Amino acid sequence: MSISATTATGEGGSLGRVAREGLDSTHGVVLYMEDISVSFDGFKALNKLSLSIDIGELRCVIGPNGAGKTTMMDVITGKTRPDEGTVYFGQTIDLTRLSEAQISTAGIGRKFQKPTIFEHHSVFENLELSMKADKRVRKTLFSSLSSAQKDSIAETLKTIRLNDSADRVAGLLSHGQKQWLEIGMLLMQEPRLLLLDEPVAGMSDDETERTGELFLSLAGKHSLVVVEHDMAFVEKIARKITVLHEGGVLAEGSMSEVQNDPKVIEVYLGR
Amino acid sequence: MTGGISRRLYGPRGWAILALFCVAVFGVMPVLNLAVPADSPFHVSAYWVTLLGKIMCYAIVAVAMDLVWGYAGILSLGHGLFFALGGYSFGMYLMRQIGSDGQYRQPMPDFMVFLDWKEFPWQWWNSDSFWWCAMLVIVVPGLLAYVFGYFAFRSRVKGVYLSIITQALTFAAMLLFFRNATGFGGNNGFTDFRRILDIPIATPQTRMALFAITGATLIGTLLLARWLTTSRFGRVLAAIRDAEQRVMFCGYDTVHYKLFVWTLSAVICGVAGALYVPQVGIINPGEMSPANSIEIAIWVAVGGRGTLIGPLIGAGLVNGAKSYFTQAFPEYWLFALGLIFILVTLFLPQGVMGFLGKKK
Repeated sequence: MSISATTATGEGGSLGRVAREGLDSTHGVVLYMEDISVSFDGFKALNKLSLSIDIGELRCVIGPNGAGKTTMMDVITGKTRPDEGTVYFGQTIDLTRLSEAQISTAGIGRKFQKPTIFEHHSVFENLELSMKADKRVRKTLFSSLSSAQKDSIAETLKTIRLNDSADRVAGLLSHGQKQWLEIGMLLMQEPRLLLLDEPVAGMSDDETERTGELFLSLAGKHSLVVVEHDMAFVEKIARKITVLHEGGVLAEGSMSEVQNDPKVIEVYLGR
Repeated sequence: MTGGISRRLYGPRGWAILALFCVAVFGVMPVLNLAVPADSPFHVSAYWVTLLGKIMCYAIVAVAMDLVWGYAGILSLGHGLFFALGGYSFGMYLMRQIGSDGQYRQPMPDFMVFLDWKEFPWQWWNSDSFWWCAMLVIVVPGLLAYVFGYFAFRSRVKGVYLSIITQALTFAAMLLFFRNATGFGGNNGFTDFRRILDIPIATPQTRMALFAITGATLIGTLLLARWLTTSRFGRVLAAIRDAEQRVMFCGYDTVHYKLFVWTLSAVICGVAGALYVPQVGIINPGEMSPANSIEIAIWVAVGGRGTLIGPLIGAGLVNGAKSYFTQAFPEYWLFALGLIFILVTLFLPQGVMGFLGKKK
C-alpha cells in the first residue's frame, strides 16, 4: 500500500532516530495535550484536559454527548484555539500556533463527524486534491499527476473499495461510501496522526467490519484517535480507551478496566 | 453518470464556436462596417459597433465575475468598482490626449480649468504617458482588490457579509469620486475624448480597432479563465466553494487561493473598463453605483454560474434586452431586469447554460 511505502521506514520504533519533516517523536509520543481548557460563553467545553498519544497507537475516545470529544479534535486541528494549555505534535511542534492548513501539512489528518467530501468532484478528484503534494497556489496551477501519484491514487481506491467508482461524482455515493472516501482522502495525505470522528456512523455491519480491519492495519504505521459511539465497534478495535466527561479525562485503560471503573459506570455505562 | 470537472481546454465543438466568433469579430464586422457602403442594407452602423463593443466589455467582466462567484463561491457585489477604476485610469490618459482642444483651449482638462486649478494634482502624475496609465489600469484595481481581499479573507469574512462589504466599498468609492476635490471630474467624470495615441478617436477605423482589441481581450480572458478552471488550481477553487473547511484540513491555505483569483478577477475588470471608456466616450461615478455591480451578478446568474461561457451569453442577453428596453420603454427597464432575475432564480437556477444542458 502507498501509505506503508512512505511511512513504514520511520514509525513503529522511531525511538532515538531523527524524525523526518520536522516531527520530533524521539520520546515515542506523537501528541501531547496538557491542561487544555476551552470555554464557549462561560460553558467549559474542555476543562484541564490532558492526554497523550503514543506513536503507532490506536486510541478510542468515548464519552457522553457534550463531553468535549469534538472540541478536543477542533483544538488539535487548529479550528478552535484553547484558552489555556499546550498542544504539542511530537516534541517540538506547537499546534496552538499553526493554522489548519499548516497542521494538516505537518501530518495530522481529520475525518469529520458528518462525511465532508467534495460532492461535485469525482471520487478520483477528491483523492487527487487531498494527496500529499506542494499545495501552494503556483504549484497547483501547473501541476499534473505523475505516474507514481496515479498509482498511489489507484492503491487508495482499492483500499477503500471504490475503484469501480473513480469517475463517479462523489455526491452520488452512498453514505457509507462517502465515509470511506473521506478515510481515503486522509490516507492520501499520508498523515502521522489520524483523527476520526465517528467513522462508522451510518455504515452497514459489513462496512463497519471492514473499517475496523482497515484501522487495525493502519495502527502501528500511523497513530489513530477514534471517537465513536458504537461500543461494539470500540470493543473490537480498542487497545486503550479514554473516557471523557465534562471536558476532562474520567478514566483511561483497557476495555475491561474502563468498564469496571465505578466512576465510568456511574456517568456513562451505568444507566 | 461519470463526471467531475473537465480537464481539457475545449473540445472540437468549443474550438469551432470560438473560431466562428473570431471570424465574426475580426472578419465579418470590419468588412460590413468599413468596406460595405453606408447605404447598403448589409452595412453595420457605428451604433452597432459601439454597442457590441460595449457588450463585449461587459462580457469580459461577466467571465471575471464567474471566476470568483461561480468557481470560488465568493459573491462580489462590488465588481463595478474595479471596472470603473480601470476606466478612470485609462480615462486620465484620454483626458491628457485632448491637449488644448477642450472648451477652454487650455492645456489642462476642462474641469480643472473650471475649478481654477493651476497644476495637476498628484494622482495625475505622468498621466500623459500611455504606458503609465495602462499600468495603472492593472495596478489600481489589482492593488485595491489585493488589500481588501487580504483583510477580508484572512478574517474569514464570507457569504452575505462579504457581499455587503463589497457593496459598501463601491458605494463609498462612488461618493469619493463625486467630490470635485478628488480630482477626477466630480459627477461629470471624464468625457469629450479626442485622440488615443495621437490618433483621432471618433473615426470608423479607430472604432473598429478598439472593437477588435476588445474581442481579442474577451477571447483571451475566456481562454485564461478556462485554463485556470481546468487546472488543479481550478479544482481546489471549486472545492473551496463546496467545502472550504475540508480544503483547509487537506493542507491548502485557502486565503491564498481566494486572494489570487479575486485579484486576478479585479484586474480583468479593470482592463474591461479601460476598453469600455474610449468606445463609449464617457466615464463617471455612476459606474460605481451599487446597482451596476448587482447587475453584473445578474448577468452571471442568467447565463449560468460556473460555466464561463454562460456568463458571457448572460451579459449579451441582458444588455441586449437593456438596449432594446431603454429605447422602447425607458421607464420599464428596471422592472424588466427584476423580472428576469426572479424568473431565472425560480425556473432556471443553473441559468441558460443549465437549461441548454438539460435539453441535450
